[in-house]
Amino acid sequence: MFSLILSTAVRYLFPLMMLFSVFILLRGHNEPGGGFVGGLVVAAAFSFYAIAYGVPAARRTLGVDPRVLIGVGLLMAVGSGLLSVLQGQPFMTGLWAGIALPVLGKLGTPLLFDVGVYLVVIGVMLTIIFTLAEE
Amino acid sequence: MVVAVLSGFLLAITAPGVVRLTRGASGWLLALLPAALTVYFVHYLEPVTAGRAVAVSYPWAPDLGVSLSFYLDGLSLLFALLICGIGALVVVYADRYLHGHPHLGRFYVYLLAFMASMLGLVLAGNVLTMFIFWELTSLTSFLLIGFEHEREAARAAALQALLVTGAGGLALLAGLVLLGQVGGSMEFPALLNGGRAIQSHSLYLPILLLILAGAFTKSAQFPFHFWLPGAMEAPTPVSAYLHSATMVKAGVYLLARLSPILGGSDAWHYMVVGVGAATMLLGALVALWQRDLKRILAYSTVSALGALVLLLGLDTVLSVKAAMLFLLAHALYKGALFLVAGAVDHETGTRDVTRLGRLARAMPLTAVAAGLAALSMAGLPPMLGFISKELLYEAQLQAPRAAALVTGAGVLANVFLVAVAGTVGMSLFFRRRADLPKTPHEAPPAMLLGPLLLAGMGLSWGLFPEVIANSLLSAAVSAVRAEATTVKLKLWHGVNPVFALSVLTLAAGAGVYAARGVIRRVGPLADIVGRWGPQRWYTLLLAGLNGLARAQTRLLQNGYLRVYLMVIIVTTVGLAGFALLLWGGLSGLIGDLSDVRPNEGIIAGLILAAALMAVLTSSRLAAAAALSIIGYGVAIIYMLFSAPDLAMTQFAVETLTVILFVLVVYRLPRFAPLSGRRARVRDALLALLAGALITALVLTATAVPRQSHLASYFVENSWTRAHGRNVVNVILVDFRALDTLGEITVLSVAAIGVYALLRLRLEKPTGREHSPPEGTCRLGEDV
Repeated sequence: MFSLILSTAVRYLFPLMMLFSVFILLRGHNEPGGGFVGGLVVAAAFSFYAIAYGVPAARRTLGVDPRVLIGVGLLMAVGSGLLSVLQGQPFMTGLWAGIALPVLGKLGTPLLFDVGVYLVVIGVMLTIIFTLAEE
Repeated sequence: MVVAVLSGFLLAITAPGVVRLTRGASGWLLALLPAALTVYFVHYLEPVTAGRAVAVSYPWAPDLGVSLSFYLDGLSLLFALLICGIGALVVVYADRYLHGHPHLGRFYVYLLAFMASMLGLVLAGNVLTMFIFWELTSLTSFLLIGFEHEREAARAAALQALLVTGAGGLALLAGLVLLGQVGGSMEFPALLNGGRAIQSHSLYLPILLLILAGAFTKSAQFPFHFWLPGAMEAPTPVSAYLHSATMVKAGVYLLARLSPILGGSDAWHYMVVGVGAATMLLGALVALWQRDLKRILAYSTVSALGALVLLLGLDTVLSVKAAMLFLLAHALYKGALFLVAGAVDHETGTRDVTRLGRLARAMPLTAVAAGLAALSMAGLPPMLGFISKELLYEAQLQAPRAAALVTGAGVLANVFLVAVAGTVGMSLFFRRRADLPKTPHEAPPAMLLGPLLLAGMGLSWGLFPEVIANSLLSAAVSAVRAEATTVKLKLWHGVNPVFALSVLTLAAGAGVYAARGVIRRVGPLADIVGRWGPQRWYTLLLAGLNGLARAQTRLLQNGYLRVYLMVIIVTTVGLAGFALLLWGGLSGLIGDLSDVRPNEGIIAGLILAAALMAVLTSSRLAAAAALSIIGYGVAIIYMLFSAPDLAMTQFAVETLTVILFVLVVYRLPRFAPLSGRRARVRDALLALLAGALITALVLTATAVPRQSHLASYFVENSWTRAHGRNVVNVILVDFRALDTLGEITVLSVAAIGVYALLRLRLEKPTGREHSPPEGTCRLGEDV
């Protein structure tokens, strides 16, 4: 189903939603937001894209199979917890670099974990949506 | 030491790459690690013999008393050397044995991971660490037995081995946890220091029974022995390594390790000696009736494991010496014989001993290895097996209780084993008749190295037993006895009662060997065991479990989504409602509506109206839209009660839900009411009940004053300790990150499930018999 209104709107909304999701992800530590919501926003952006231009086009834009994102995300989440084990501390102890950035706040392994959650949510939602839409 | 254990796992990961890059030489290359580890452990021989056990420890989960600690004493060292030494030979051997196999890389992954797990098991200094490695050996054994997974028999045998050892593993875990609680520590050194004080505790008997269940299943003791002959479905190098030399001895290791703590009581004595003796006799007897070379060896291994368990049950200095020596001698000769069996199978294409013969000329070196190993097995001088059997008889003669009975059983079992040794060592190579599918050639060098080296060690240590007696064996016996003990071994003891028993054994064994054809033909015993043995009970139990699962699946999960929903809702309403009435009561449910602000009231009214519309509309799209109004309304309420994170997530989820609905609804046939009036009334009642329950639960939960200190803890520490101002997110990614990790894992599994369900139907149009009945289309009108 091709809709001129939707495809035109998506062309402008898509990059905005992607930017917004990264913004939500990064500010999550101090303001409302986080990896989970951020991932959902990306999934919504790609869903609109898929509805407007078709799933193959959405897959091409994504570049990787969403299932890969699930794996990478889970690995990142586990890896962020394992970093502390390498330093001789219990699994999932938060490690903090001494650097503080504006918006982000201090850099540490929880951010890595949150990025992992972000990727898993994107992967899970898009795996389900793309598969459903392709049937 | 932690590097020694982990290096095996690391090499396992890289094994497929190594195999791909170095086709043909990968066995030799991969064997470098186990060989290096052997050398590494040999270096520990001197300090350990001098009585200095080595212990290292890293915190793992300190709150649970679990540390990644390793403990190397004489007993661990004996096992570690066997694991690495035989491991190196088997890795070399397997490359040729599985030459050209497309999954050789995968095989090495499993094999090396097993080696590392087994090393971890015997080196572990913490009972829970040991348990984890114990389970890892069960898992890798499962993968190796089922390596040729295209064959039904291999899959069934793998599952059987996993279920039997896994069930024992559960019992073991319970036993170990109890042991740790009663003993006051999870660390082996501390427990060993405590000595046998535990035995006066009232939990001693449960601990003993649970731990014995673990040890007996792992070491294939009667009546759990049946999985071991089944495990012969594995490629032969695996049988040689796991199912004769190392893994099946894990139970023996555990008994030896814990005997200074649990051993010596009456209960220990009767159970361990009784089970060991029964296993020893049964294995030796059943081995006589087998025709498959590997099954013969498997049953004789069962017998040897029984003998080891029996010796540990006797719990005298002499019996422990005999056990440690027999452990070593058996690993050498049985490992060699299994590798020989693999070579023979490889070269002739059959393992049926009634067809094999005349191989001595074609495979002279294999014959030498087999001959030497069989001599050791039969207990003939000058092999290590001879010394070991003499010591075994001596220990049995001096058994603290029922010495005559124990010795009689030992002699009888050995008589049968002499006949078995004749079959595998002589008959294969010198029998005049043969009926071979292939013309045999000598095995390649990689497949000769192992058997020759192992058999050769059995010979050289038989000639010079003091080489190992003063160092390795003394250290091992000292560890098991928890006191310094020296072992003195001699090849020739002179003519004494023990020697007389040896001569008697050989004479009777030769007689049985001569009559083996007749015995095999009569053979009612094998049938009886086959029909009424534990294997049969296992099959019945498994069939019963599957039947139960099928019946309850038919009842609860019959493919109709509405039935699933009904089952879930009825169960929840029933259980939660019952608990609510029982403990909470319904008082206080009449809420006070006076503090509801008008804007909140409007939103609530909107939600109610949307809910009514979702139920009443005859358009699916409208129903989906109405549902999303409910969702957005709830999100607005979250915002009003200052939970912006929750609201954001709810908005995003609602949006995606609508998209998913549209994707599905788009494809459904035109809406038409198909269910009858009664079904609709029933559904409405159920829906109302569920709604009422949730309302009651929320009201009850909010009526109870909160006493949790968690909320204030999180608020106070969010910025100071986790460097984040958004408490909700800090909880998700830091305080409770482990929960989140679990949740995203579940999400991933769900996505894979959806993908598999939809894709399998898409790609296999013929496989539609599993698709749900057409009634599922009526889901829309139920909503």
